[in-house]
Amino acid sequence: MSYVPVDRPRLSLADRLVFPAILKGMLITASHVFDKKVTMEYPEEKWTLPEYYRGVPALVKDDAGREKCVACSLCEFVCPPRAITIVPEERPGEGREEKQPEVFDIDMLRCIFCGYCEEVCPEEAIFMSKEYELVGASREEMVFPKEKLYEIGGVRPDRFKKWKNADDEAAAEKGH
Amino acid sequence: MNWPSWQPEALDWLPYRAWQALCIFLVLQIPPILVSFLVWLERRLSAWIQDRLGPNRVGPFGLLQSVADLMKFMFKEDVVPGQVNRVLFTMAPALALIPSFMAFSLLPFAERFRMTDLDSGLLMLFALSSLAVYGIQIGGWASNSKYALLGGIRASAQIISYELTMGLAAAVVVLFTGTLRLSAIVEWQAEHRLLGFLPAWTVFVFPAGTLAFLVFITSAFAETNRLPFDMPEAESELCAGYHTEYSSMKFALFFLGEYTAMIVMSGLMTTLFFGGWTLFGLENAFEGTIAQTLVQTGIWWAKTMGFLVVYIWIRWTLPRFRYDQLMRLGWKVFLPVSLANLLLAAWMRTWEIGGRS
Repeated sequence: MSYVPVDRPRLSLADRLVFPAILKGMLITASHVFDKKVTMEYPEEKWTLPEYYRGVPALVKDDAGREKCVACSLCEFVCPPRAITIVPEERPGEGREEKQPEVFDIDMLRCIFCGYCEEVCPEEAIFMSKEYELVGASREEMVFPKEKLYEIGGVRPDRFKKWKNADDEAAAEKGH
Repeated sequence: MNWPSWQPEALDWLPYRAWQALCIFLVLQIPPILVSFLVWLERRLSAWIQDRLGPNRVGPFGLLQSVADLMKFMFKEDVVPGQVNRVLFTMAPALALIPSFMAFSLLPFAERFRMTDLDSGLLMLFALSSLAVYGIQIGGWASNSKYALLGGIRASAQIISYELTMGLAAAVVVLFTGTLRLSAIVEWQAEHRLLGFLPAWTVFVFPAGTLAFLVFITSAFAETNRLPFDMPEAESELCAGYHTEYSSMKFALFFLGEYTAMIVMSGLMTTLFFGGWTLFGLENAFEGTIAQTLVQTGIWWAKTMGFLVVYIWIRWTLPRFRYDQLMRLGWKVFLPVSLANLLLAAWMRTWEIGGRS
C-alpha cells in the first residue's frame, strides 16, 4: 500500500459550528493579556553579561597607573580585520628601557570582537571589556584613540609585578 | 431646497448653518482621532496578547505613538511608481475614505444627538459601505502591479459575497423592527421587552436575532477586510495587496478608510443588535437634560468600543482563512443559513414570538 490512511477525528457538533471554538481561543488570548510580559525595556533594563562576554577591546593600566602596553604590535599583526593601528615610541627611562605606543587606535567599525588581541598580548595590556554600546555620528568618531581605550579599560591589577624591582629601587631612593 | 433638520432642541439657539458646520466638523474629526487611538490600541493589545509590551514610549502609555506615526506619514516621500494610471491612482485613496466617513455620519449616537436620521438610513449605510470597494478595486487596478490587482479583485469578490449575507442578517432586524430608520430601530429595541424584563435588543431575540448577529459580525469582519478574512491584504501571498504601491499619506488614507469602516461596522452592530444608546434604563437617568444625551452618547460609544476591541481581539486569535475557504463559507454556509434565518424571523414575526410589548 503506497499510502497511509489517516483517521480524521470526528468533529462534534460544537466543533463544527466553530463559534464555541472561537470563544475558547479568545479566552486563551485574553488570558495572555494579564500574563507576565517578556519584553525587556532596553535602555532602563540591561542584560547580565556572562564572564566570557567579548565587548569593546580596551587598553588597561596597572596598579600604579602605568601604561602596560609596550607597543610590540603583536595585536596589530594578529588582528584579522586590521582594526588596530600602533605607532611605537620610546619610553622615557623608568629604570628599564621599554617602548610605549604613541598612537594606539582601534577602528571599531572594523573590529569583529574576536578577542585575538587579548589572547596574543604578552603584557596583558588589552582586554575585551563588557562595553557594547558603540555609538558615533561619523566614521572618524568610531576610530577610538588611546585615551578613549584607557577610559573604557581602566585599571586592572597585575598578577605578576613586572616593575617591582624598579618600584622598590625608587622607594629606597626616596627613603634616603 | 429644504433639507430636513435633526438639530437637537437643546441646541435650538444655534443657527442651523452653525449646527451643520458642527456636524461636518464632527464627521471629519471623530474618525481620524478615534482611528489614531485604535491603531495604538491594536498595537498595545496585540502586544499584550503575545506577552509583549507594545509601544509605550511616546507620551503617557505610548498614546502619542499614532501622532508620531502620522508625522512620519506626512513627511515621507510620496512615491508614485511609473506606469500607474495617475488619475485613478490619486483618486483611489479618497474613494476608499469618503464612503466610510459618509457612512459614519448616518449613525445615531443618542436620542437627541444624531447628525442625520434618514428614513432609509440602513439602506444608505449599506449603499455607502459597498461603495468602499471601488476605492480598493480602483487603487489595485491603477497601481499596475500584479499584487495590487489581485488584492483588489479579491477585495471586490469578498465584499460582494459578504455584503449579501450581511444584508440578509440586517433584514432580520428590519423584519422585527419594521423600519429602516436607525434611530427607530433603537427605539423599538428600547420599547419592547423579552420575557417581561430583558430589553428586546435584537441579539437577544432568540433564535433568529442571535443567529442574525453571528452572521452579521462575521460578515462585518469580511466586509472590512479584517483578519481572519484579510484576503485583499494577505501579507504572505500578496505583499500588502491593493496598497502595495502606495506610500506616504495616500497609504495613510487607505488605512484611515479601513479603520473608519471598522468603526462604522461596530457602530452599526451596536445600533442594530445591541440596543444603540440604551442600557437597562440607564439611558433615561437624567430625563430631559443635556446629561441624558451625554450618558446615551457614552453608552453608545462604550458598546462600539467594545466591538472594536473584539475586532482586534479576534484578529490576534484566529489564523487566516484560505481564499477558497472564505468563498465557500460565504456562499455555501452563510448564504443558506441567513436565508433560512430570514424565513425563521418572518415566522417568529407572524406568530409574535419575541419582542412583544
